[in-house]
Amino acid sequence: MIDLLQLCAFNAAYGQAIDSDALESWPAFFTEDCRYRITNVANEREGLPAGVVYADSRAMLEDRIAALREANIYERHRYRHLLGMPLVESSDDKAAVARTPFMVARIMYTGETMLFASGEYRDRFVKVAGKLLLAERVAVCDSTVTDTLLVLPL
Amino acid sequence: MKEQAIQWRGPGFTRVPYEVYSDAPTAQQEQECIFRGATWNYLCLEAELPEAGSYRTTFVGETPVVVVKDADGEIYAFENRCAHRGALIALEKSGRADSFQCVYHAWSYNLQGDLTGVAFEKGVKGQGGMPASFCKEEHGPRKLRIGVYCGLVFGSFSDDVLSIEEYLGDEICQRIERVLHKPVEVIGRFTQALPNNWKLYVENVKDSYHASLLHLFFTTFELNRLSQKGGVIVDESGGNHVSYSMIDKAAADASYQEQGLRSDNDKYRLKDTTVLEGFPEFDDGITLQILSVFPGFVLQQIQNCLAVRQVLPKGEGRSELNWTYLGYVGDTPVQRTVRLKQLNLVGPAGFISMEDGAVGGFVQRGIAGAQDLEAVIEMGGEDTGSADGRAVENSVRGFWKAYRMHMGA
Repeated sequence: MIDLLQLCAFNAAYGQAIDSDALESWPAFFTEDCRYRITNVANEREGLPAGVVYADSRAMLEDRIAALREANIYERHRYRHLLGMPLVESSDDKAAVARTPFMVARIMYTGETMLFASGEYRDRFVKVAGKLLLAERVAVCDSTVTDTLLVLPL
Repeated sequence: MKEQAIQWRGPGFTRVPYEVYSDAPTAQQEQECIFRGATWNYLCLEAELPEAGSYRTTFVGETPVVVVKDADGEIYAFENRCAHRGALIALEKSGRADSFQCVYHAWSYNLQGDLTGVAFEKGVKGQGGMPASFCKEEHGPRKLRIGVYCGLVFGSFSDDVLSIEEYLGDEICQRIERVLHKPVEVIGRFTQALPNNWKLYVENVKDSYHASLLHLFFTTFELNRLSQKGGVIVDESGGNHVSYSMIDKAAADASYQEQGLRSDNDKYRLKDTTVLEGFPEFDDGITLQILSVFPGFVLQQIQNCLAVRQVLPKGEGRSELNWTYLGYVGDTPVQRTVRLKQLNLVGPAGFISMEDGAVGGFVQRGIAGAQDLEAVIEMGGEDTGSADGRAVENSVRGFWKAYRMHMGA
């Protein structure tokens, strides 16, 4: 049985990986054929499928990280993820479905800190070789507005 | 207090005083002369107003407007401002209504924006009420003219504006029709808040010079050779433009093969190239077409990835970019997935467009102490016309030609 504490520990490690700039370890939280998408509540309400990020493989997540390291231009900044308690919708030995609220602050190199995003992860977890992984994570932002740009993952 | 009007120097439209990006009186004048002037402003897609009573709220510049389809099948737009005290009439982003009623004092409007009801107009028990001379027909929010072209709904506050087709011109019309030749549907909406004056984003859209210099995604992953030939079209007014590039078939095939042969452990290769995999749907071989209509509309085709963008000013130093992602009605599931994956290239997190969200802010902050200095926009000389190749700034100068015409500057 995948329990609440396992999900909390998973999310804590997930947020830490992004916030501590260990971004190369971020794709490893997902299965190889995972789905990862960032959208907003308005699109979800209307059933519109697009995302500002839309990935259907772990390799695409690795490409996201390669691009932000090697190609994309942006001012240095980092995030602080605050992840709430997962609301577990279903769970057994092999899989779990949960929703977890998030708040992400963005800290610019200039020192400016702002609430960059709040929302909810809609997740499907699976156990692969004893390891908990995300088969799907949809980051549904509460606001339809993204400030400036989104380069680091949520 | 500012004593003098902003000074524009030449030659031609090659110099832009930095003051125009931060000056409050200029921003106010733009609202009157440009957004509420003799221009067409993008409001929404016809596809977003599917039935009688469907409405959306948006902005023309900073002026809030309601755009709505009436029972007669026609589209109407009017200021989203109650004729009584000026409160917003419609509060939702979109919806369906048989009529509108201001929440403040319940004045009501039909779907064409006519004032139809005043609460307690005759008073209560003989007390109060409006004077007998009050005529509802003389009051109401200002109405916009509507121009629809290929499913794009534009509005204008001006009675003098050209027809939408004349305003766009033949070449721009053809290029719009090239993309919007069959019905589209919305597949997502996102807003990007830009830390800069609206004009900096519009200039960026028209600036074909920066593309391969600022956006390094294609060059880093050596994907840029796929598009080799290109050009810029600028209309007579200067305000509307198309920048395009075409695939060179032979070079593209060779490039794909070459890519397939490269070793997998190469650091500068995408691991999942399906993000760029498309399908042929435009016979002319154009893989990228960015089209803009003065003042703030953009239609984009990048491979199979279709979107419209609406640029809105939010004060002098900020603006909003509304992205509406599109597919065609009748896309197969495979085609739809291709579009969704290619959308990774654009938008607030787009591999080849995220920088555009930040670079305007770099300018806005860079010019903070330089109000009396000016930008140099001279790539390709003084020309504001169409050009082969993209290392020119003709369409940026074209923007200023149109801007100064409307502003009388």
